Amino acid sequence: ALNCRFYFPFVDRPKLLAVSLPTADIISTVEFNHTGELLATGDKGGRVVIFQREPESKNAPHSQGEYDVYSTFQSHEPEFDYLKSLEIEEKINKIKWLPQQNAAHSLLSTNDKTIKLWKITERDKRPEGYNLKDEEGKLKDLSTVTSLQVPVLKPMDLMVEVSPRRVFANGHTYHINSISVNSDCETYMSADDLRINLWHLAVTDRSFNIVDIKPANMEDLTEVITASEFHPHHCNLFVYSSSKGSLRLCDMRAAALCDKHSKLFEEPEDPSNRSFFSEIISSVSDVKFSHSGRYMLTRDYLTVKVWDLNMEARPLETYQVHDYLRSKLCSLYENDCIFDKFECAWNGSDSVIMTGAYNNFFRMFDRNTKRDVTLEASRESSKPRAVLKPRRVCVGGKRRRDDISVDSLDFTKKILHTAWHPTENIIAIAATNNLYIFQDKVNSDMH
Amino acid sequence: MFARGLKRKCADHEEDMGGALAGFRAVPSYSLQRQSLLDMSLVKLQLCHMLVEPNLCRSVLIANTVRQIQEEMTQDGTWRVAAPQSTGRAPLDRLVSTEILCRSMREQDGVHPAPGMGDDHVLGPGSELSTVTSAQTPRDPQNSVWEMDSPRENRGNFQKSLDQIFETLETRNPSSAEELFSDMDSSYYDLDTVLTGVVSRAEPGPCDGLQGLPPVATPASSSSCKSDLGELDHVMEILVET
Repeated sequence: ALNCRFYFPFVDRPKLLAVSLPTADIISTVEFNHTGELLATGDKGGRVVIFQREPESKNAPHSQGEYDVYSTFQSHEPEFDYLKSLEIEEKINKIKWLPQQNAAHSLLSTNDKTIKLWKITERDKRPEGYNLKDEEGKLKDLSTVTSLQVPVLKPMDLMVEVSPRRVFANGHTYHINSISVNSDCETYMSADDLRINLWHLAVTDRSFNIVDIKPANMEDLTEVITASEFHPHHCNLFVYSSSKGSLRLCDMRAAALCDKHSKLFEEPEDPSNRSFFSEIISSVSDVKFSHSGRYMLTRDYLTVKVWDLNMEARPLETYQVHDYLRSKLCSLYENDCIFDKFECAWNGSDSVIMTGAYNNFFRMFDRNTKRDVTLEASRESSKPRAVLKPRRVCVGGKRRRDDISVDSLDFTKKILHTAWHPTENIIAIAATNNLYIFQDKVNSDMH
Repeated sequence: MFARGLKRKCADHEEDMGGALAGFRAVPSYSLQRQSLLDMSLVKLQLCHMLVEPNLCRSVLIANTVRQIQEEMTQDGTWRVAAPQSTGRAPLDRLVSTEILCRSMREQDGVHPAPGMGDDHVLGPGSELSTVTSAQTPRDPQNSVWEMDSPRENRGNFQKSLDQIFETLETRNPSSAEELFSDMDSSYYDLDTVLTGVVSRAEPGPCDGLQGLPPVATPASSSSCKSDLGELDHVMEILVET
């Protein structure tokens, strides 16, 4: 039944807050900070844009806790590797926020090769009344100074300042696909196709290699690392996924080089579904620990899977994202869409999972009710008073009025990056050049 | 789009070949599909005119697909090791023509590969031309054989070319600057060589020359062949600025 309004946030909500923000370049990553107050996006041009949530206020009825641009800065520039005669793209692959420890906010942003730590500070006061300088900063004529004064801090218009505090360079030969901050708040890891490095946030000139799957002979290479993440609570545990669809949970206490996994999560192949594309569609494009730390969420080309850390043999739950594409795999291989890397996300209570698809569709799955819904991020859905209506893809058979047929799907409109607010029903959806933010006014405790 | 073209081709094939297809044990349409997939995969792996390092994950997945097809075709017995005169088999001919095209293009370009230095050898400027046909590594005598091979050693060529692809995909990490430059061919620094390498790219590359293959959809923008003129401008910019 399409009557999902009582089961899913955002769906058919008259009071939905929806905004569509066009961006200068294709968005390549989206990430809320730990409180959800800030939302960072990275784009193909190496820029980072941070949005801040306005405080909800009864005194200002216009302010419903919407997100406004807080700061924009150029994080990475294009580079040229002269040794290999290759360009290094400035595209921001991932942004991860550090837990806030003082008035400043910090985040890590990375392109294919270099990770940078940025510090974001606010300045809303400035000192006035210097003895030796005048208001414009020019030195005073000392003969005019007859008495001493103590400079005072006067309020000024808010200025957000961003400065690069650390540059972690030369750690990776291959392309970085993930970064993850450890729960110890002192270290973080960065993963490329074949290696994972552990860094200390304060040390830029060296890192520890903790996983290396590069074969002695590159000709023997058949598997690469696709994503990795630290466990949210256990600072010694991390997981990494591979292009063959496996997950490896590693314990850093066991050995310095974590090539030997503590646990291997792998689903046996279904022989009835086997094709030349089986391996490609099993490749895991994203892995995320649940907030509880008990489960992992993975995304491969056609499904999202929930894994229990205590069960290695097979996933706990499997949800079909767009199974109607299974018969189109050859065409999708031809146009390279089969290599698209979709991300996945948990809601705050780990009860609903979300992932993107084609045609600017994104999907949500309720783990408890087993219901699912398809929504569209479009200009229509983000107009004032617009409501998000469930969409349906029909695969032949009975076709309803608003259904879309598989053959009319637009494969250039892909939603690869999505993020869910850590506690509330607020989601950020990156649709190529547009950032959509949907805010449900219903209390998220419902789920 | 893909399926439609395939049907027409299948019909044509049956008309023209007649009994020639009797050699296949597999159903012709599956075999043709598989062959098309193989061709498509090889084209995808020919990362011509790439200024940005190719996506390793994608390349590994495609290469694995190629290996799977190769294994299956070997089991089928449709993977011919024989000399080209046996019924002029389409699959092998296509593979051969792909290689020959690549090789002859490279020779035209006048690229001389930088001498190898074991694991840490550096790809010369010509390497950016086609990461498939990379500089040779003298440390592996078998590989250098691939260079001079006649079209007769088709199967061996194929396996070597697959390995070659991975050799080139490996990004070198030189351990020391000294080792790096010690037996470097001085022509690396020769502006003429660099410009020659770039200018000759303006000629149709291997991708363009594969007329005989089934039409392939334009690859995604991240792997598309950039305009050669744009590349020339780009490299000139860098050379002039530095």
